[in-house]
Amino acid sequence: MSDAILESENNPDAHITVENVTLAYDEFIIQQDLNFTINDDDIFIIMGGSGCGKSTLLKSLIGIKAPSTGNVYYRDKNYWQSTEQQQQAIKHQFGVMFQGGALWSSLTLAENISLPLEEFTELSPVTIKEVVSLKLAMVGLAGYEEFYPSELSGGMRKRGSLARAIALDPDILFFDEPSAGLDPPSAKRLDELILELRDSLGTTIVVVTHELESIFRIGNNSVFLDGETHTMIAQGDPKELRDHAENEDVRAFLNQK
Amino acid sequence: MTQDNDPRLDLSSADNGALCISLIGDWDLTDRLPSQDLFGEQVKSRHDISQVTFNSEQIGTWDSSLLVFIGRIEKYCTENGLQLDMSGLPSGIKRLRDLAREIPPIEDTATHETIETLLSEIGKTTLDLYHGIPRNLKFIGEVILSFGRLIRNKAQFRSVDLMLIIQQVGPNALPIVSLVSFLVGLILAYMGAAQLERVGVQIYIADLVGIAMIREVGALMTGIIMAGRTGASFAAELGTMQVNEEIDAFKTLGISTIDFLVLPRILALMLMIPLLTLYSGLVGTLAGLIIGVTVFDISLFEYYQQTIQALNLKSFGVGIFKGAVYGAVVAISGCLRGMQCGRSAQAVGEATTSAVVTSIIFIVITASAMTVALYKLGI
Repeated sequence: MSDAILESENNPDAHITVENVTLAYDEFIIQQDLNFTINDDDIFIIMGGSGCGKSTLLKSLIGIKAPSTGNVYYRDKNYWQSTEQQQQAIKHQFGVMFQGGALWSSLTLAENISLPLEEFTELSPVTIKEVVSLKLAMVGLAGYEEFYPSELSGGMRKRGSLARAIALDPDILFFDEPSAGLDPPSAKRLDELILELRDSLGTTIVVVTHELESIFRIGNNSVFLDGETHTMIAQGDPKELRDHAENEDVRAFLNQK
Repeated sequence: MTQDNDPRLDLSSADNGALCISLIGDWDLTDRLPSQDLFGEQVKSRHDISQVTFNSEQIGTWDSSLLVFIGRIEKYCTENGLQLDMSGLPSGIKRLRDLAREIPPIEDTATHETIETLLSEIGKTTLDLYHGIPRNLKFIGEVILSFGRLIRNKAQFRSVDLMLIIQQVGPNALPIVSLVSFLVGLILAYMGAAQLERVGVQIYIADLVGIAMIREVGALMTGIIMAGRTGASFAAELGTMQVNEEIDAFKTLGISTIDFLVLPRILALMLMIPLLTLYSGLVGTLAGLIIGVTVFDISLFEYYQQTIQALNLKSFGVGIFKGAVYGAVVAISGCLRGMQCGRSAQAVGEATTSAVVTSIIFIVITASAMTVALYKLGI
């Protein structure tokens, strides 16, 4: 285990370090021997074919599903070996946009976004209201404060989920299939928003996706998971991988027209 | 569709050992396909056949049924070492066949299918139950810890949510509780009257209905109504939140789902169910009174006096205590099954069923245990 620790110590930019991680449901191994580092200001893509374990990997990064073996470090903190309080502290540094939005259906859009602010900040109700409006405006949903999630379209729910994810101005943002189910212009706008968040707020961004257009538009670092060998078969800048990946499958995947 | 269009075969053989299958008519999935046995017989009867060709000049329309038939012929040919020439088929058939073959079937998925015998089913169910115990105890432990936080005023939940749930489980349940309790009271009164009439002490209907409703039946009826009404709704709500990743969203924010979702539900039900129990008992007693006065000619005052004498504070106390216990059982089962729900629509249905079944089983068990215990204690 020492290699990756050394790496994270030597590399001051390392934000998340994944070390020898194995993901499994009971005895069914999804992915194994995962080792990679996500650096500050990266837009890091987790890619691979359907069902290869991208979302499962994301779950172990955001603290929902513990890996069977291996470690996930945030800076120098080993997440799955930390106490519950330390885990809470780490969790407050990140925001997650779920695949289907996962907005709380019993709350209005405004309440969805204000809930984390009410729970974890000392802001006054007036300020919270302003922050909520600002975040909604940032994702293009100004004026939808009083709508319930069921009254919104799929794309709007996703954007609402993004507004909730950025409510607490997190250091890391996770996206699960952000452009799935969006029309091309909306997908492009979402990509631009992701780039903007990285550039203006310095947020580290992790995206699970298999949309090539999106991968090349935003990604500057990546890992490629393979469903057949159950491990990662390439990592690096997706544009580099497209032309120079050693593995043929990776090149074929990235060069589809 | 006329007889002429039915799919059929015409077999003709040439001298060079080739058997030509002519496909005739409309090949439609809704119709019966010609059997390939005829073809097999033909091949067997002539030993010199080494090649099979097709002729599709007379074919009408066709769909997947033709593909299925060709598949059978193909399988037969490979098994019997015959050469198959597909050039005579409609060009679409070959393309579709290639498409279906492009990606080979995954072999290790077949291993998931295992044959379950009765014995292994029983074993599996028992093991599942056994392995479920620590999970269920953990959940109950978490709920108790959450109540600890509630007492120290540290539990994270919104009082608006609590009020909303109270509204749903309390006042909104009044109509059904009224109806069921009234009718049960009515049934008790009639049944009691039939027996008491023989010894000429119909006035004891008041004791029978009053004590039964206030002490026992009111709580039991309320518990079972709540299991079907509220326990099921808790499980379905929380289960759907699980499916929509809403529970995950709470987890990633570090908001305790037990505090935020489970605690207000259990609290609301435990606050409301004693009141509903009391209400149910009173409605049942009222039903007894109405029947006693109108059908069995007991005077209103007499019935009232008899009821007051029969009941004491202890009867009310026992009834409300039982109601509170059933409330806890229903709330915990509903929330437990909802939080343990899998991630599909079917899982939500299973969670809901399981919540109601678990509630009713534990209501009946605790009801019996409490009745026996209270009897032994002389309460």
